[in-house]
Amino acid sequence: MIFRRLFCSALAVAGLLGAGSTRAEERFITVSSTTSTEQSGLFGHLLPAFEKASGIKVRVVALGTGQALDLARRGDADVVFVHDKTAEEKFIAEGFGVKRQEVMYNDFIVVGPKADPAKAHGTNGRDILEGLRRIEATKAPFVSRGDKSGTHAAELRYWKAAGIDLDKAKGPWYRDTGSGMGPALNTAASMNAYILADRGTWLSFKNRGELAIIVEGDTKLFNQYGVILVNPAKHPHVKQADGQKFIDWVVAAEGQQAIASYKIGGEQLFFPNAKP
Amino acid sequence: MTTLGDSFLTAWQLVAAADTRLAGIVWLSLRVSFAATLIACVVGMPIGALLAVGRFPGRRVLIVLFNGLMGLPPVVVGLLVYLLLSRAGPLGAFGLLFSPTAMVIAQAILVTPIVAALTRQVIADEWAEYREQLRSLGASRSRAAATLLWDGRFSLSTAALAGFGRAIAEVGAVMIVGGNIDGVTRVMTTTIALETSKGDLPLALALGLVLIAVVLSINAVAYAVRGWAERKWG
Amino acid sequence: MTVWLAIDGLGLIEGGTTIIDSATLTLSAQRNVVLGPNGAGKSTLLRLIHGLLHPSGGRIAWPTSLSQAMVFQRPVMLRTTVLANVEYGLKLKGYATAERRRRAGESLARVGLEHIAARPARLLSGGEQQRVALARAWALEPELLILDEPTASLDPASSREVERIIDEIAASGTRILMTTHNLGQAKRIAEEIVFIDRGRIVEQTAVEPFFTLPQTEAAQRFLQEETP
Repeated sequence: MIFRRLFCSALAVAGLLGAGSTRAEERFITVSSTTSTEQSGLFGHLLPAFEKASGIKVRVVALGTGQALDLARRGDADVVFVHDKTAEEKFIAEGFGVKRQEVMYNDFIVVGPKADPAKAHGTNGRDILEGLRRIEATKAPFVSRGDKSGTHAAELRYWKAAGIDLDKAKGPWYRDTGSGMGPALNTAASMNAYILADRGTWLSFKNRGELAIIVEGDTKLFNQYGVILVNPAKHPHVKQADGQKFIDWVVAAEGQQAIASYKIGGEQLFFPNAKP
Repeated sequence: MTTLGDSFLTAWQLVAAADTRLAGIVWLSLRVSFAATLIACVVGMPIGALLAVGRFPGRRVLIVLFNGLMGLPPVVVGLLVYLLLSRAGPLGAFGLLFSPTAMVIAQAILVTPIVAALTRQVIADEWAEYREQLRSLGASRSRAAATLLWDGRFSLSTAALAGFGRAIAEVGAVMIVGGNIDGVTRVMTTTIALETSKGDLPLALALGLVLIAVVLSINAVAYAVRGWAERKWG
Repeated sequence: MTVWLAIDGLGLIEGGTTIIDSATLTLSAQRNVVLGPNGAGKSTLLRLIHGLLHPSGGRIAWPTSLSQAMVFQRPVMLRTTVLANVEYGLKLKGYATAERRRRAGESLARVGLEHIAARPARLLSGGEQQRVALARAWALEPELLILDEPTASLDPASSREVERIIDEIAASGTRILMTTHNLGQAKRIAEEIVFIDRGRIVEQTAVEPFFTLPQTEAAQRFLQEETP
């Protein structure tokens, strides 16, 4: 039958096309990480060095911290590389992660319209809590990630620390976008709104419009990144040895130097602080 | 306006520079969507033909179902395939998540109803014309379906192209099951989404223009081949 | 002459309209032409006999089962070569490739089209397409050939050629049951005329007496209207 032959060859072609270059023998690990690390370009700088040193390819799936951890909970990643200490510790406590190691930090900044209608800059532009209070008081437009990411979690902590009950204060001024850092910045740029962002994404972000940094440098704004091996006891297929190699490399001198040397426009984005 | 101008310029520069990274991304897009469309045709066309020609209980329900599934949201398909292929899912053992194969599966699911529904329309028209002759010659319904699929091959190319267009343009499904991994599962649409989130709107739009150009050229070639074949066979 | 088809009280009602009204008829002649005004139900009767339509009532009895083929007013050509179109019917009957090719070739030669066997069938003229349809039917060597207005959409030259082929098929021993609008053609082909009016079989007469002295008033009126 000609149709049967047609059918079989079509499926064979489809199989070839679909699986074509996924070489099974390629050695790789899957890292679920955050958009901030991927989109700032850090991984593009860091991973080739690791691949060269180890021969292991790293496949990065970039999501919000919450999603990245959920992905790992389902066993779809070998290593998580995220920035939300509370959520990470919960992840370990649930038994999904082996051990959390601190790698580096960057910092959050408040970005907003250059004219700063809410006067969120304050006296020295270093007080995050005062800045948020002023934004809330003037009901100046504020864009929130609203996506359970590490940045979103941090934002919620700052509102709380500033003594503002968001549930009550929320109004049309507070735009919950449910999107990644980049899309949220795009929204903020088009609305001329305030937004909490990580410095790395901001520095590599091109569509800034009228936005500028309004608050920065408050020690409260430091944003710690941790790296965790997914627990092989929960997910036996996890590439334990290669995943651990990546973690060991990134917290050791070589990886830490590579992180420190990543700069955009002469500015360092991430500050290594792994404890030996 | 400057963004638009920039984009055309950037698009042209990208193509002119024959950027190998871009070429890799375009090639992966084409490969994945072509494979998905092929599977969708192999599965969807016989289904469509049997829906047009056959008489069996539930046929009307299936027709409505396939017509409805044409509007399947890619994100839903992506999620579904993700849950299937995830390590915690029923097909997790194969380790297919975040691979081009996963993307092919998701797009094939997305596109099959489109191919089936459009095929049903084409074959139903043919069946109205051919029915008496084929039955007079003693063709069974499944045999008639096969004959009409072959006879309607030029019209059916439209169904295949519609499916391909949908596959290569969608971003929701491949983003979820592919993970947009650089060099492994990054295709044109996910690159566009990524550059948009980085705020590089001119580059995103330029990539969009390249995508449109690729899709247009494939359609133009298919149209020309179809025209030639129709003139040859009537 | 032995009876080869007996129809008893055959009826077809579609959407409340009676299209064939309890038709009773026996056929024993080799060449039969069904005549009647437009909309009388001629084509429907042929389709009921061929099995393309299911009757609402009555029965069709075949004293001995006959292999059949049918040629329609508008020939349906597949998008392939002339030869493959003729082969298609043989393929459905399960003939092997070599046998198929031989029979199809012979059949095409008999309708005088072997020289265009490799041409795309859809691009032929209407007359040529109808001859391919005849070759397709003839290749099956049917014991009964049913033809529904086979020359209605053809020019006079093509009509004559199609008529010649029908005549040859009949000469090979195949029973003919056809409808036509062309009274001259009916006279030339038929041995027996079945006259049908408004879904009823009105009379069945040998061809000579039908045209000289029709028994019913309806047939007389029909002949008067149709004869210029």
